[in-house]
Amino acid sequence: MSYVRYIDKTREYYRRQGYEKPYRWAHFDDVPFTALKTPLAESTVALISTSEIARRSDDDQRKWFEKGEMGNVYSIPSDTPLEDLFSQSLSFDKYATSLDDVNAFFPITRLQEMAADGRIGAVGPNAHALFNAYSQRHTREVDAPEVLARCRAEGVDVALLVPV
Amino acid sequence: MSLVSRHLEANGIPTVVVANARDIVEHCGVARLLYTDFPLGSPCGQPFDVAMQRGVIAAALDLLESATGPRTTVEAPFKWSKGDAWKDKVFTDEQPWKEKGGEAEAEWEAKKALYRKLKEEGKV
Repeated sequence: MSYVRYIDKTREYYRRQGYEKPYRWAHFDDVPFTALKTPLAESTVALISTSEIARRSDDDQRKWFEKGEMGNVYSIPSDTPLEDLFSQSLSFDKYATSLDDVNAFFPITRLQEMAADGRIGAVGPNAHALFNAYSQRHTREVDAPEVLARCRAEGVDVALLVPV
Repeated sequence: MSLVSRHLEANGIPTVVVANARDIVEHCGVARLLYTDFPLGSPCGQPFDVAMQRGVIAAALDLLESATGPRTTVEAPFKWSKGDAWKDKVFTDEQPWKEKGGEAEAEWEAKKALYRKLKEEGKV
């Protein structure tokens, strides 16, 4: 069986629910590409996530998610203990899987293992997170430049992006 | 997330996207996509399967090195252990994505309302 066509499936699903105007997924003809400049073993790799990952010990972050708030780009220290991390995202297939194991969608431990093995130089000091915004323009014009600024400020060479 | 990948690439930072929704990422267009054939929510492998998760991240790192141009998609060599039955059920009426009138939808609507409010106030 080949891969799931989510664009078609969601269009039909929401049409059945009475939404007449289909969502227009972002589409571009041109795709930018940057080749690796330094060997991975010497590169700092940052994790970027849309999983609504948060720290229980961070009052502000916990409250956002308890209240169901959405906001701007935020950061999570890469050395945060796993037991302090959680996601209450609803944007996943709850019939087939769970968000109980953070590393299945926010692979921070797996990246740290790659750094310990010497496969990558280092994990960036923070992972950066953003919300699945309703506005593609907001993502392009506000969130993406903020992620870039944070990566540059922390000397990040390479980014691993994991959407949820 | 594809939009962020594109912005980083355009500004000199190489990226790899690890995702389940291959068609959505490819429709947008990114430099490198490691596609994992798992249900939405588990892009990096099955929960608590450390060996599989390591394999996925290793494949993502390999793709960073091997891609020579944009729109390079590689499929990770792993199967969902419970088979592919989930694929037939995703986004069906039998398995509502966010139930109408349910707690999930109420939370979703609350998020949307708050986002609109913050936007009006210029906070996002």
